[in-house]
Amino acid sequence: MVEKPGIGAEETGLQRLGGVWPASDARLWFGREILPLEESLIHFLRNNWRNEAEVEDLLQEVYVRVFEAARKEIPAQVKPFVFATARNLLINRFRQRQVVPIESVADLDSLSIPASEPTPERGVIARDELRKLQAALDRLPPRVREAMLLRRVDGLSRREIAMRMQIGEGTVKDYLADAVNMLSDMLYREAEIIRKNI
Amino acid sequence: MSEPNENTGFSADAVATRACAANWAAERALSEHWNEDKQAALENWLAESTANEIAFIRMETTWERTGRLAILRPAAPEKSDVTARRIRPAILRSIFIILAISILAGAATFALQGAKKHTYDTAIGGHKTLVLVDGSRVELNTSTMLQVAVNDERKIWLRKGEAYFQIIHDPKHPFVVMAGALRITDLGTKFIVRQDANRLNVVVVEGRVSFSAKGESAQPLLLDAGDSVIVTRNSISVEKKSVQELARELSWRSGMLVFRHTALADAATEFNRYNHEKIIIGDMAAAHLTIDGTFPMNDVREFSEVAQAVFGLHVERRGGVTVISR
Repeated sequence: MVEKPGIGAEETGLQRLGGVWPASDARLWFGREILPLEESLIHFLRNNWRNEAEVEDLLQEVYVRVFEAARKEIPAQVKPFVFATARNLLINRFRQRQVVPIESVADLDSLSIPASEPTPERGVIARDELRKLQAALDRLPPRVREAMLLRRVDGLSRREIAMRMQIGEGTVKDYLADAVNMLSDMLYREAEIIRKNI
Repeated sequence: MSEPNENTGFSADAVATRACAANWAAERALSEHWNEDKQAALENWLAESTANEIAFIRMETTWERTGRLAILRPAAPEKSDVTARRIRPAILRSIFIILAISILAGAATFALQGAKKHTYDTAIGGHKTLVLVDGSRVELNTSTMLQVAVNDERKIWLRKGEAYFQIIHDPKHPFVVMAGALRITDLGTKFIVRQDANRLNVVVVEGRVSFSAKGESAQPLLLDAGDSVIVTRNSISVEKKSVQELARELSWRSGMLVFRHTALADAATEFNRYNHEKIIIGDMAAAHLTIDGTFPMNDVREFSEVAQAVFGLHVERRGGVTVISR
């Protein structure tokens, strides 16, 4: 029976993992719901914390708290939960420290949590996604970009990429690791910058 | 916490964690033989800290997002074994003659035989499944009309459009599909028949069918799984389809259109089969661009927006028509 032609359902990387990497609900949820909030979360932390250098550290702490909570139970309301977690973290940090900037404390009580934005239509997401990806790729180092394109666009194997680029197979992996690392920032953080550059 | 790196703003720890997570993601993505040992090592590393796990989710999700790049695949001949088969000239000639006659006489035959059949049809964008008394299934694609014999005969006349047949085989009572002048006889099988204005296409998905011109006494042509025969007024050709190509031929059943190195003009024609809102490709330069991807068949807007984003084409919608051009 050819009941399901196997076309149409775009399998996601995380689903594809199947038994390989147990794609728990929390992991899937985190990738799908939380990472896309990164930019607004950073924005929120910057606006409400005086020491810019600590923002990254705070972000990671928010992530850890959100993820550990989700492992027990996935929150129903994503955005309010994430920003409430961030807010509580900031309040705790203020309390732990001896020196508390008075004006910041005052602000904290009225910390506004960004309202939910309307979800864009699927077509718009698809278009923006490709545009973002292309712009991000353009900013990769040339060799790293080449390896990425050979893999993702041409679908070559590790060995084929190594032969094509005249490099070792270990280097192929290093290039792709660099690519994915850099792209993760460009995709989750610099959407605004990229959009303006186009 | 270590000092933030001045370039990235991340602490040295965070930078190391991310590099490690990216390494795992790349290793896994490239690995053709991901085994239990590697998996165990990854799990160990993930279990070390929630930060590790989060970094890995981040890299995995990023890698997954780059999957969309496949749509940019440049036009190149696909690896499919196209084996045009020789067809005996006698059959060929008679098929042409009868096809030509039938195109002229089609309407009349239709009227004469009208009384003994049930008619089923679909509108543009429609999709209907018939289950016959013998358990055979017939799925009608968009804008299709066919007639089913009411008597004991297992016979269907495809008048226009496309249908997918999943036939319960019965050697004593062969299942016959008539399309124009051609007779397709099931020999235990699943197959697609598509009839356009000047062209008939039969694709065998599973099993075998025999294929002949109506009233033709010469030995019929046998088609096996994967065979796709296209008959026009001037030509007949058989080619072998890969499993992937067969799946694409059937993707309409799940409401999707799948394109592989498909010229934009051809993709637009496909969309137009399913939608009242028509796409027009405005110029030859745009028409010849090739596109890859899977699209919901009723989402003209998504298609045109992707065309716009990928090729930088100009899209204009006016009065139920979408014009895509350079």
